[in-house]
Amino acid sequence: MTDVLMPALSPTMEEGTLAKWHVKKGDTVRSGDVIAEIETDKATMEVEAVDEGVIEEILVPEGTEEVKVNTPIARLSGDDAAASAPKVEAPAQAAGDPEKKAPEAVEVQPEGEASAPVLPKVEMRDPELPEGVKLVKTTIRDALRDAMAEEMRKDDKVFLMGEEVAQYQGAYKVSRDLLQEFGDKRVIDTPITEYGFAGLGVGAAMAGLKPIVEFMTWNFAMQAIDHIINSAAKTLYMSGGQIKCSVVFRGPNGAAARVGAQHSQDYSAWYAQVPGLKVVAPYDAADAKGLLKAAIRDPNPVVFLEHEMMYGQEFDVPEDIDWVVPIGKAKVRREGKDVTITAHSRMVGMALKAAEQLAAEGIDAEVIDLRTLRPLDHETIVESVKKTNRLVTAEEGWGPMGVGAEVIARVIDQAFDYLDAPPARVHQKDVPLPYAANLEALSLPSVEDIVKAVKAVTYK
Amino acid sequence: MARGQAGSAAKRKTNDTGSSGAADSAVTQDELLKYYRDMLLIRRFEERAGQLYGMGLIGGFCHLYIGQEAIAVGVQAIKEQGDQVITGYRDHGHMLACGMDPREVMAELTGRAGGSSKGKGGSMHMFSTEADFYGGHGIVGAQVALGTGLALANHYRDNKKVSFTYFGDGAANQGQVYESFNMAQLWNLPVVYVIENNQYAMGTSIERSSSETHLYKRGASFRIPGEEVDGMDVLAVKAAAQKAADHARSGKGPYILEMKTYRYRGHSMSDPAKYRTRDEVDEVRKTRDPIDHLQELLAKKGWADEAALKAIDAEVKKIVADAAEFARTSPEPEPSELYTDVYLEAAE
Repeated sequence: MTDVLMPALSPTMEEGTLAKWHVKKGDTVRSGDVIAEIETDKATMEVEAVDEGVIEEILVPEGTEEVKVNTPIARLSGDDAAASAPKVEAPAQAAGDPEKKAPEAVEVQPEGEASAPVLPKVEMRDPELPEGVKLVKTTIRDALRDAMAEEMRKDDKVFLMGEEVAQYQGAYKVSRDLLQEFGDKRVIDTPITEYGFAGLGVGAAMAGLKPIVEFMTWNFAMQAIDHIINSAAKTLYMSGGQIKCSVVFRGPNGAAARVGAQHSQDYSAWYAQVPGLKVVAPYDAADAKGLLKAAIRDPNPVVFLEHEMMYGQEFDVPEDIDWVVPIGKAKVRREGKDVTITAHSRMVGMALKAAEQLAAEGIDAEVIDLRTLRPLDHETIVESVKKTNRLVTAEEGWGPMGVGAEVIARVIDQAFDYLDAPPARVHQKDVPLPYAANLEALSLPSVEDIVKAVKAVTYK
Repeated sequence: MARGQAGSAAKRKTNDTGSSGAADSAVTQDELLKYYRDMLLIRRFEERAGQLYGMGLIGGFCHLYIGQEAIAVGVQAIKEQGDQVITGYRDHGHMLACGMDPREVMAELTGRAGGSSKGKGGSMHMFSTEADFYGGHGIVGAQVALGTGLALANHYRDNKKVSFTYFGDGAANQGQVYESFNMAQLWNLPVVYVIENNQYAMGTSIERSSSETHLYKRGASFRIPGEEVDGMDVLAVKAAAQKAADHARSGKGPYILEMKTYRYRGHSMSDPAKYRTRDEVDEVRKTRDPIDHLQELLAKKGWADEAALKAIDAEVKKIVADAAEFARTSPEPEPSELYTDVYLEAAE
């Protein structure tokens, strides 16, 4: 004997009208037969039999309104007890009451610890430079290339794909000579098809390879953002830990020069919001190399934001050692006692310049290079603010909902009592980047903007 | 569409110049009985999933595979160890065909700890590395690029494995499908695109959505061979899949199979299906049902009498009842699971 229950026909349905019976007492029904029609406020739907048997009794006559979901509406005599409907004394959470659907309240964690269970805390610092190691002036362009080449030599699962990365040697020459060393199987020119090749890269990563997917610029990756977020960032979680996706998405991010609004955008805040991704934005060549090597080795999807205006700049890079910089650790670029300035990517250079100017005026600024935006090293920031009691954030992207907004929220959460002034944000003006040279300069954040903001928070 | 249209040589619809595989000459009794059982398992499983949904035990969206069973089972019949399978969100049938435990699949539907993704994926997001099943993807068409990427990995490793990438007539209009087609053929990637044309993309019929309704022709401008197949005939599916897989495995690149099929139920459980008539659905059920067809074939060959079929029926019912019971009683995931599986720890 099996009860036929009033079904829910949508996730939100709680009751409905039993509009019509298509069967009567004594009828034999098979799985799939339409037995009744039910009306909700949205639609009329047919109810199909799941179990087979003879209708023994109609419990709710047709025309009855407000029949609650899971009320027995008919009784079926079946010959197979095993096939009968499971009883409905399910946990309350699952039984259709939206109020009760949420799992037992999870203890609300303070903001600062929300990601703590996800990324176990480890002591992370830059590797010590061995005695006598040679530092070589290297452009960021070559540092990135060296990082890829070294990791490709070390691990044959690593390969590079993207537009113009092979024969053309890279739109910005970042992949120079890689085709010659590794061949066209591991350095793959793709058609102009960002959504497609990002998806192929993620699929290959799901199969256990370690692709480096280059976007000619991050502006074009907007066509691929679905695969970066929906396919790469979420699959480990959605698969209960089964499907791994070790992939690096990299390319130049932020404003170039005079290329207008569609080719000049900073995606730092966009990607840094997404759990499952790591987001890295280095400033100098040593970090570019060390962090890219870490990103390639990382078992998670990493968004690696470079800067076109920085590719040709030279910095010291340690030679002949396996230089790997840990993801998730900020770097104090300049120590100071009066104010903390946070910045990442190209803005670090501006912050350092601003600090020099400020020093001449008697203000001693500490400059923190965030380096990784997710996970954000808020400890280093908070420790600094506890010392300086003042904070200025600098970023190339727009201000609203930005990296600075997040940094300030963390500081207010964890060091509110240490602040002697409201923190200030430096960022791009809230407009699409204009083309005209004067307007472009007005729109982008400058050294002067940082100096001004520091003076405001130090009341100078 | 009459049964056997795709299989008949005179009316064969293909833009492939090669020869067609023979449908049922080589099949054995054991094989045929296994297909019958596997298809029946999917049918009964899905009916039960629909029931659990109606009882509020399954939340959100739930897309049933009823009517399309011959496709997942027919392709699986020729899949080799290590060949990958990937599909969209109408995925329960593929997972059962791949050999995933019905308990784990049903418990994922109910969002329980015993589910294949520990309850964190749901109906549309299930995976099994053991069964070479790569999901279960909720974004229409995304699995086509991902499946082509699985093929890229096979090509890279030169491992002679094939990626079976399933999508529907709805997804066939997504741009990334053609981006993927282009690269797959350009690089000779071993992928078989299995288009399950069930005639309706949610509520929009193929005629209302597609300027070219013969989807097997959709690869023509990329030089990908394609073929229309009767997706209600498991042996036709199997033969076509074998031919396509041979093509891909031998290094000739991708192949498109358009499986003409039909879904009996709505797009999802909350679809009243007013865009088609009950008569249309009944007609397909009556004349083209893949399981009835197989039952007739078994009878014709004298390979299964009523008692044998009843025994299979009973076995399947038991498995499904057991899966439903497991899915109902498996506990919800621990609150601590909220924070697991977001990141993997770096090795160093």
